[in-house]
Amino acid sequence: MSSPMTVEDVRPLIALITPWFGLLGIILAGEKRANLREIVTFVAASVQAAVVLSMLPLVLGGNIIEFQIWQIFTHVPMLLRVDGPGLLFAMVASILWIATTLYSIGYMRGLHEHAQTRFYSFFALSLSATMGVAFSANMLTIYFFYEMLSLSTFPLVTHMQDKEARTGGRTYLGYLLFTSLCLLLPALSWCYIWLDGGQMAMDFLADTGKIGEFNQNTQIVLLFLFTCGFAKAGLMPFHSWLPGAMVAPTPVSALLHAVAVVKVGVFCVYRVYADIFGTDVLTEISGEEWAMILASATILISSLIALSQDNLKRRLAFSTIGQLGYIILGAAIATDRGQGGAVLHIAMHACGKITLFFCAGAIFVATGKKYVSQLRGLGRQMPVTMGAFMIGSLSVIGLPPLGGFVSKWYLALGALDRDAMWVVAVLLVSSLLNVFYLLPVAVTAFFRSENSGEDHEEIKEAPWPCVVPLAFTALGCFALFFWSDALLNLSGVTP
Amino acid sequence: MENSIAWIFIFPLFGSAFVALSRYVNIKLAYPISVLSMAGAFWAGVETLQQAVASPNHEISYLLGGWTLDLYPRGVGIEFRADILASLIALIVLGVGLLVTIYSKIHVEKETRNKEAIYYSLMLLQITGLAGICLTGDAFNLYVLIEVAALTGYGLIAMGSNRAAAASYNYLILGTIGASLYLLGVGYLYIKTGTLNMVGIREVIETHGLAGSQTMQVAFVLIGVGILIKMAFFPFHAWLPHAYCNAPTTTSCLLAPLVTKVMIYVMIRMILSVFGVEFSFESTIWVSWMPWLVVIAIVCAAFLALSQREIKRMLAYLIVAEVGYMVGGVWIYNYYGLIGSIFHIISDACMTLCLFLGAGIILHKCKTTHFDGIRGLFSKMPLTVTGFFVGGFSIIGLPPTCGFFSKWYLITGGMVSGRWEYLVVLMFSTMVMVILFFRLIERIHLAVDESGKNLGHGHGDLGLSNEQTRFDEAPLVMLIPLLVAASTVLLIGVYNQEVVNQIETFLQAYDMPTGVVYK
Repeated sequence: MSSPMTVEDVRPLIALITPWFGLLGIILAGEKRANLREIVTFVAASVQAAVVLSMLPLVLGGNIIEFQIWQIFTHVPMLLRVDGPGLLFAMVASILWIATTLYSIGYMRGLHEHAQTRFYSFFALSLSATMGVAFSANMLTIYFFYEMLSLSTFPLVTHMQDKEARTGGRTYLGYLLFTSLCLLLPALSWCYIWLDGGQMAMDFLADTGKIGEFNQNTQIVLLFLFTCGFAKAGLMPFHSWLPGAMVAPTPVSALLHAVAVVKVGVFCVYRVYADIFGTDVLTEISGEEWAMILASATILISSLIALSQDNLKRRLAFSTIGQLGYIILGAAIATDRGQGGAVLHIAMHACGKITLFFCAGAIFVATGKKYVSQLRGLGRQMPVTMGAFMIGSLSVIGLPPLGGFVSKWYLALGALDRDAMWVVAVLLVSSLLNVFYLLPVAVTAFFRSENSGEDHEEIKEAPWPCVVPLAFTALGCFALFFWSDALLNLSGVTP
Repeated sequence: MENSIAWIFIFPLFGSAFVALSRYVNIKLAYPISVLSMAGAFWAGVETLQQAVASPNHEISYLLGGWTLDLYPRGVGIEFRADILASLIALIVLGVGLLVTIYSKIHVEKETRNKEAIYYSLMLLQITGLAGICLTGDAFNLYVLIEVAALTGYGLIAMGSNRAAAASYNYLILGTIGASLYLLGVGYLYIKTGTLNMVGIREVIETHGLAGSQTMQVAFVLIGVGILIKMAFFPFHAWLPHAYCNAPTTTSCLLAPLVTKVMIYVMIRMILSVFGVEFSFESTIWVSWMPWLVVIAIVCAAFLALSQREIKRMLAYLIVAEVGYMVGGVWIYNYYGLIGSIFHIISDACMTLCLFLGAGIILHKCKTTHFDGIRGLFSKMPLTVTGFFVGGFSIIGLPPTCGFFSKWYLITGGMVSGRWEYLVVLMFSTMVMVILFFRLIERIHLAVDESGKNLGHGHGDLGLSNEQTRFDEAPLVMLIPLLVAASTVLLIGVYNQEVVNQIETFLQAYDMPTGVVYK
């Protein structure tokens, strides 16, 4: 492969600050001009997505886009860089932000939620931080945006402002800030000071494998700190914040806690494995085996927990933890196809899981129901929603012709490349578990007769702004399967 | 401008005299005169820093009364030396002083009836004393200026609420003990070296090899303990919370960011310029156990802060913990730790200023700083609350505030010198700070009382009347200093390298180890 060309371009920064302008507009419009406020959000999301997409041809052409914002330390710039995996992640997040904005309008208005201005404001900030992480070129830059994301999502998690929100918010921040301040920060500091005489930028492109200069024990400790420090990845035992964060309104759970925030976590872990340690160093300290075991354990345990959850959003949250495990597993497999599959799974899982959350929220808006056991017979009243739920479930399970199949396929291929049969077994078993905890939801809705005494007659589909996005993302699951070539190209897999 | 160092003192010193006289003319003049003289002093401070940076050996000197330095040992006379460190800290003192003076208008009118002239006069003298401590090059003159700052401080505190007199008395006793110990130490130094000039003392120590001398050891202990008392290092902190909580609002805004920080500067100055790095760290046993004392100090202060239910008291204990940070940064005996300490003096002054100004505004508007009284405050005073929490996030150490960068260097220092206990306690206290400030955010943001009972009717209803949540921002004269302080916290963070480069230039003259020395 020819070495990539570097292009200096301001577009990554524009994608980053568009939400800030959106924020300004949202605050100025305020609660009194709700329509204008939502149009502003919509415009911000569209502009961001357009800017991100406009970089696609350049990156597909084998180029890398860079832009330097400021100098953090003497030798460490805050540098934005757009490469394949980063652009893939940014595309997923920004396109789904458009869908989520439409969905939020239906959801928030349908439920007559309070403080919608605050909601949209911090939503915009979160997306800015997400872009920052996707386009970061070194560990310090990524750390800055990572912290920004933790803070800007806190008001969204505690949106309900009641006791439950307090508990959820405490768990959320407790886990995220503890890990990032007490595990990640020392690890960064350690690398900064000891490598290259205090000039280590930990650049993803330039400094891959330099961490191998440490002795082996240090490398293993650093691997542990980095893996667990990015608690947003939901790796057990640092996963409890995610079910706790489900107290947030569903658009937040959908975009942030199925796509943006959690994917930021796994994306950071991916960067560490692929671009800081690099496959060689990782194999040398056999750190990848530990990570694979941890990820596999996370996948299986969380799937088992998901089986026992009756609250639909909590069940989906544990499912997300499991699916994040796939991505870390893929990153840890340390083969090209495995890591490519991991990046691909970011997109595939995002599309499937956001559909599921959209559906859960639409059901809540239309009926006020939160529990799986309450859904009997709902398929007849809400055919579009439950149909989309079915499609989303099948995609997450990993059946063709849906997107989820492609990424699981490459994960399995990556595992076979290094003869790790047990990983393939884990993938199969967990797919089976996925079937057990996801399919019953749709099956209950379509094929179980409704309970007597409940007035299902009056239930209709949720308002159209809720239904259109979920239909769109459900169709997206098909589209990703058929147009996976471009994504494969971005994630660096040669089919 | 020539003699800018002298102007730093002339402005507030004469200003304070004019202010004191203004009560006989028109008491309304007191405020504008104070602000003007502080503005002048601040400008002189900027000028001094620029000159110090520009001069070839990075320091400028001013001999009071034009005596000569040519003797050996150096003669007796007052010398003001502004190297980069001194002028940097002095500039922070003057900047904080200027902002607090501007801010004080409404508070002073309300809290010190008919004594505005005296109050402003003491305030200017206080700032003169603190700036003098930073700039003086003479160990005895340092004592005088410490007392100037302390005596005016006692007065400023005693003007507060009913219990302020007792708090001030408490401070007076402990402060005097500290200052006396310091003075005693200086006496020993004079006996042994025959000079009071800081550079002179170090010259004699180095040329005569006095490192092993018992007299010097005793002097070091006396001065060290004296300074530790003055800086409220746990367990010598007892005076601080009472003094800051019962003092008039502006007094606490002025003293909290400055007094403890300036005393840490004195400690660094004594180590680097008077006793010398080698003597302080190699010939004494402080290096081996000071970090452990710091661990105890930070842990205890953190728990004390956690147990408070009132913003100002909580902040007071926070300062005690922060003092632990900085002392630790010095005594882990490492180049990076020392950079961290010096940088933390600067950033801590800014962020504590933010917090105390914010707390003062909250007190002004809500009549209380108790946790129960702040629910729904954000919709009432969004800018004030934002400014306050910029300071709070900086204390926690979240990027890109300046607190992140100073903590970064402290962590690095702890790692490089292998003092893991210091590193662990830094992490611990960071988490405590997270709890402290997010507990406040919860109290402001959520409709839940402490026991977890839901208030209001759900859907974001805080159970408050419209009156209580209506937009009602603080007056501009209070708001602007707060916002300036908050932006300074961010700006120092963004331009941290400019500051650190200056600190590094300063430290070139001293050979601090960059690797593990003490094990």
